[in-house]
Amino acid sequence: MIDFLIQPWSWWFSGLVIAAIMFILLFFGKSFGFSANLRTICAASGAGKRVEFFNFDWKKQIWNIVFLVGAVIGGFVASNFLTPEGYAPAISENTINDLSELGFGAPESMQPSELFSSTYFTDIKVLLLLALGGLLVGFGARYAGGCTSGHAISGISDLQIPSIIAVVGFFIGGLIMTFFIFPLIFG
Amino acid sequence: MKFLKYLLVGGLFGIVMTKSEAISWYRIQEMFRFQDFHMYGIIGTAVVLGAIGVALIKKFKMRDVEGNPILFMPKNKSIARYLIGGTIFGLGWALSGACPGPMVVNIGYGYYMFAVVFIFAVAGTWLYGAVKHKLPH
Repeated sequence: MIDFLIQPWSWWFSGLVIAAIMFILLFFGKSFGFSANLRTICAASGAGKRVEFFNFDWKKQIWNIVFLVGAVIGGFVASNFLTPEGYAPAISENTINDLSELGFGAPESMQPSELFSSTYFTDIKVLLLLALGGLLVGFGARYAGGCTSGHAISGISDLQIPSIIAVVGFFIGGLIMTFFIFPLIFG
Repeated sequence: MKFLKYLLVGGLFGIVMTKSEAISWYRIQEMFRFQDFHMYGIIGTAVVLGAIGVALIKKFKMRDVEGNPILFMPKNKSIARYLIGGTIFGLGWALSGACPGPMVVNIGYGYYMFAVVFIFAVAGTWLYGAVKHKLPH
């Protein structure tokens, strides 16, 4: 059992667990949508006094903030108890080659140290890139009315056309960043 | 206590995001370069099982634990907001290698730089709220 948990989870088992999470939330009378938390955090910080979009009863969303806290704990548990020391994702050779042309070494841990090593807390370029990434995700998620959980998983499961359009958008943006902007930033 | 169950489900979410490697910037790059089936397999499996389950919930008019019907709200019809918003989201997803859930899972994992990403994601949502009325929807 523990061996099964410690090895990387297969795509089908992971997909099954994600679907299960969506159904558990539905049976609790909630819906699976993580980026709603970003709006809730704005509202809880008092943004509703100045911006109408944040003037709603955010207390009904506390369950989702608790889910977020659980996700942080889950990451901690998975990192400390369910992942071998020095583990790195076994990504495709083609990706390793493409990324090496952009200055990224082959994976030695879950994330590239070139972007996420804590030594970059004082590196302006890396900080700006990460800040921009976050800003685009937060702005785009709310503009599109949801993120990967709300649109790609919940919305498409319900065969909603708007969610399919949103996911097409996710890929348009992702491909532009990967193939046109990355060579300018990292090349 | 009534929130404990959400803490546990959130914990499961954090574990599956980590163990599936969906939190990894490398996996997101691999996905956008179409160089491995992994991420497509994860999302595809979740969507196929999700669609079957949602159809069953509708067919049998299932109820939640409190006895209320499980309803699915149709999203507002539009193309602009989903396509433009989605594209902006995708730019950020590829750059930071994380959508909102994996951002916080990464903080728990020990990648504290994701706190920067997450704080700016909140700022991005705030910015959207502030300029919402000027945008095509």
